[in-house]
Amino acid sequence: MVEKKIRVLIAKPGLDGHDRGAKVVARALRDAGMEVIYTGLRQTPEQIVNAAVQEDVDVIGLSILSGAHNVIIPRVIELLREKKVADEMLLVAGGIIPDADIPALKELGVAEIFQPGTSTQEIVSFIRTHLKRR
Amino acid sequence: MVKDSKTLTEERPTELTRNPGAAEREWENTTLKKAREALPERLAEFTTISGVPIRPLYTPADLVDFDYARDLGFPGQPPYTRGIHATMYRSRLWTMRMFSGFGTPEDTNQRYHYLLKQGQTGLSVAFDLPTLMGYDSDHPLAAGEVGKCGVAISSLRDMEILFAGIPLAEVTTSMTINAPAAIIWAMYLAVAEKQGAKIDHISGTIQNDILKEYIAQKEYIFPPAPSMRLVIDTFEFGSKYTPRWNTISISGYHIREAGSTALQELAFTLRDGMEYVEWGIARGLNVDEFAPRLSFFFNAHNDFFEELAKYRAARRIWYRVMAERFGAKNERSRMLRFHTQTAGCSLTAQQPYVNVVRTTIQALAAVLGGTQSLHTNSLDEAWALPTEFAATLALRTQQVIAHESGVTNTVDPLGGSYFVERLTNELERGCYDYFEKIDALGGMLPAIERGFPQREIAEAAYRYQRAIERKEKIVVGINEYVAEEEPPLQILQIDEAVARRQTERLKQLRAERDNRRVTQTLKDLECAARGKENTMPYILECVRAYATLGEICDALRNVFGTYEEIAIT
Repeated sequence: MVEKKIRVLIAKPGLDGHDRGAKVVARALRDAGMEVIYTGLRQTPEQIVNAAVQEDVDVIGLSILSGAHNVIIPRVIELLREKKVADEMLLVAGGIIPDADIPALKELGVAEIFQPGTSTQEIVSFIRTHLKRR
Repeated sequence: MVKDSKTLTEERPTELTRNPGAAEREWENTTLKKAREALPERLAEFTTISGVPIRPLYTPADLVDFDYARDLGFPGQPPYTRGIHATMYRSRLWTMRMFSGFGTPEDTNQRYHYLLKQGQTGLSVAFDLPTLMGYDSDHPLAAGEVGKCGVAISSLRDMEILFAGIPLAEVTTSMTINAPAAIIWAMYLAVAEKQGAKIDHISGTIQNDILKEYIAQKEYIFPPAPSMRLVIDTFEFGSKYTPRWNTISISGYHIREAGSTALQELAFTLRDGMEYVEWGIARGLNVDEFAPRLSFFFNAHNDFFEELAKYRAARRIWYRVMAERFGAKNERSRMLRFHTQTAGCSLTAQQPYVNVVRTTIQALAAVLGGTQSLHTNSLDEAWALPTEFAATLALRTQQVIAHESGVTNTVDPLGGSYFVERLTNELERGCYDYFEKIDALGGMLPAIERGFPQREIAEAAYRYQRAIERKEKIVVGINEYVAEEEPPLQILQIDEAVARRQTERLKQLRAERDNRRVTQTLKDLECAARGKENTMPYILECVRAYATLGEICDALRNVFGTYEEIAIT
């Protein structure tokens, strides 16, 4: 029986165009056997959540280096709750997010924040062990 | 004499031969062999950070076809390999130009006064993402972004505050702005006007390099062709009215930050430069009218020798390209002038004080490579924009190199090193290979449309990440010498008060200005943009009327449309 692939949406919210990390992570997840959909740049929280629902993903990974995380991430979570998928979709984030901001974001529902220096293998492992849907 | 515009002469290095003489072969078979048996080398292969294999030793065998006059020459003369000025730093140090900007224009103005007092010798403006993308601070898409990555500038009023107390006639300013560069430049010129400075005297740079946005930084607004039109408008305007202004800073920095190798950084940057020259000529400009004011911007990454060879190769290649492919007659058209920034992507969030060491080595490579201008990163920039303390230490790094290290005592001190000259030659040869590939695709714009440079960069970025995760490349503090626990770091905080302040200011501006004049000037700009006139004078009028950045960009969006890339992962 073929194991169902983990479906991941990698998204770039906000105006930030720096996509090196998002693309490297997307490729690493693919190499690890996951199905990855990359939204492309400059997505609004609405576009991201709509894509996540449409693609019926298991994981949403937000890449954000611009410092707008404290505004954008809560908005994404709000929308995930509205769409009633917050409990099904694992939400992770990466980029430039200082230590001090992490507790509040985790409280809101971000499962993990991957700061600079994180290896792609760490991200793969985390996703595999923390999936909400099985 | 203009040769076939698609080829360079027979003088380019072909196969880089290596011909060790008997003595070297003897050494390899005896002393070297014995040494390796006693103490094996630490790695199976030594490579630069870009993956270029490096030999144990470089000797005259590596420079078999070397001709001092042809390949090095003297500084201040073709081919400029050793430097574009005869005396280089003996007469004048590089400009210490710290890239800076955050929060409100007042916040940044304060930092500029501080940095000037600490000894920086040029200004460099970092704008926030809404500004970079042509949105006002109160635009819905600006939510959460105002003042976070740089200073928020929505109008001429903000620009006036930014430069309050700073005489533009006496300082030079570089502005890192691309898609809306013409507009921000117009704001700067308008501020200069108001200060009573003559725009034909003021000096500075706008980055204005839209090609690398499509390739790497991805901060574009309009599609490629109208974006190039705006760039050439600035070349034309600059050549007439602002002879001391660099209307472009053709950049490799961002290409490197996106993950390219040193060779790709060099090749794509120079090929971008060639694309701009072609478009300028197609506009009907004489190459010598605008080429003297093209400038460049490179990264200074970790691999010390690869970087300084890169800068030397850049100068020699640009000289040959401008002389042979474009027939430039003015020496200033053939001299590659560049700014350097140490590699942001090399900074670690872990053990951030170690970044000071990285930045120092990188800065040293830039200086030994003959940079005209230098920015050194701050230790905390993997976390946030720099604190005053961190920015000061970064500036001091340059000052120590300049005044205490002795490396400025002579021009191109590493010239003649077998290793350095070999690396320089290899980079040059690699560049011509890339030029051929890109020419075959029809030029840089077609290459970008096909995703060629973007794919090369994504591949290199992925290879590099794998190399780190496999510990083939060591990064101190990341995959080796990791700290279990770290003390907290004080970082710069920017909050939503900036957005509120700027929104309030915009409301006030719109209430106080002559809105009829704004409407008219925007209409005139739209008309000019639809036609073939140079848009700069019209943009200047909009700016003087206090039309906002967003309003002016919207007028251009109406004409040019907007662009989003098709993502390649």
